[in-house]
Amino acid sequence: MKWIRLRYKKWFNVLKSGLLTNNQVVVAVLGICSSLAITNKVENAIAMGLGVTFVVMASSALISLIRNFIPSKLRMVTYMVVISTFVIVVQMFLEAYFFNIAKALGAYVGLIITNCIVMGRAEAFAVKNPVKYTLVDGFASGMGYTYILVLVSIIRELLAFGTILNFQVMPDSFPKWVVMAMAPGGFFVLAVIAWIIRHASKNFDTEAVEAEA
Amino acid sequence: MDRIIEILVATITNHNIALAYILGMCPLIAISTNVKNAKGMGVAVIFVVTLTAIINYPIYMLLKSTGTSYLALLIFIITIAATVQILEIVVDKYFPKLYNAFGIFLPLITVNCIVLAVSLFFVNREYTFTETAAFSFGSSIGWALAIILVAGIREKMAKNQDLPKGLAGRGIVFIILGILSLAFIGFTGLANI
Repeated sequence: MKWIRLRYKKWFNVLKSGLLTNNQVVVAVLGICSSLAITNKVENAIAMGLGVTFVVMASSALISLIRNFIPSKLRMVTYMVVISTFVIVVQMFLEAYFFNIAKALGAYVGLIITNCIVMGRAEAFAVKNPVKYTLVDGFASGMGYTYILVLVSIIRELLAFGTILNFQVMPDSFPKWVVMAMAPGGFFVLAVIAWIIRHASKNFDTEAVEAEA
Repeated sequence: MDRIIEILVATITNHNIALAYILGMCPLIAISTNVKNAKGMGVAVIFVVTLTAIINYPIYMLLKSTGTSYLALLIFIITIAATVQILEIVVDKYFPKLYNAFGIFLPLITVNCIVLAVSLFFVNREYTFTETAAFSFGSSIGWALAIILVAGIREKMAKNQDLPKGLAGRGIVFIILGILSLAFIGFTGLANI
C-alpha cells in the first residue's frame, strides 16, 4: 500500500505545484511577455494557453526520453531545436484551422519558443525525471499558465470591449476602458491577480525583498 | 533617410518594444533590481539584437527565395544561439574585462524574447535591410531605456518598504511597468513604423 500512496503523492504534488503553489506566471514570474501581450481577447488567450501546454508537454516528454544522450554542454541547443520544432507544428496547425486567431496572435506564436516556462521546465524538470512525470508536470505548468491567461483576458476583454468571447455582456451604456486593451491594462490586471494569489497562498516574495533591502 | 530616423524614433518612444509590445519581460523583471546590472544587460541586448537581426535578414531572404520560409523559426533560433555562443567566446578571448562585466547576461540573452521578436517582426512587416538594421537598433535601445528606468525606480523604492506583502518584490514591478507604459502612451502619434 505504501508505494501507492507515495506515487499518489508525487503525482499530486507535481500537479499542485504547477497549478498553484509554484504557478509559473504569478509566483515564478515566467512567461510574462505572451501572457500580457495577447490577453486582450479571451479567444487569443485560450489558443495561446493550449499552444503552450502542448509545447511544454511534448518537448518535456521528448527531452526526458533523450535525456541520457544529451551532452550537458549542448543541452541548451538541443532544447531549442526540440522546442522550436513543436512550435512550428503549433503555428502550422493554427494557420490551417484557426486562421483568424493565427493572424491576431501574429509573431507571438513563434515567441512560444522563448517563453521561459518551456525552457524552464525542460531545464528544471524534464532532464531529471522519467517521461510519465514530465507529462504531468508539463500539463500542470501549461494549465497553470492557461488559467491565469484566461482570467486576465476575461477581465481585460470585459472592461475594454464589454464582451466575453465576442458575446455582448455589458449594456451598451457601459463606458469602454480603452486602456485595458493596451499594454498598461495588462500590467495592472496581472499585478492585482498576482497580489491576490500570493496573498491567498501565503507565498510571498521574501527573497527579492531581502536582496533589495 | 527620413524613414530610418522615423523608425528609430518610433521604436524608442511610442512603439517601445518593452512598454508597448510587452516583450522581454522575464529579464526585465529579474535583472532590474539595480541600475548597474540593468545597464550591463541593456548594453548586451543592444549588441546582440542588432547583430542577430542583421545576420538573420540575408538568411531569411535565402529561405524565401528557396520557398522554405516555414523553417524560419528554427533557423532564427539556431542563428541566435550560435551568435550568442560565438560572441561569448570572442569576448572572453579578446576582451576579458568586458566579459566579466557582461557576466551571466550574455548567455541569458538567448532566451530573451526580444531577440527573436525583432527577427519575426521584420519578417511580418517586410522591411528592407536598412530598415531592419534601424528597427533592431532602435528596439534594443528602447528596451535598454525601459530596463534602466525600471531599475532606477526600484532602487529608490527599495528604501521604502511600506508595501503590501503580496505585492512586494516582483509584484510591484508590474505596477511600475504599467505606469511607465501609460506614460509612454503619451508619445502616440509621434512617429510610425
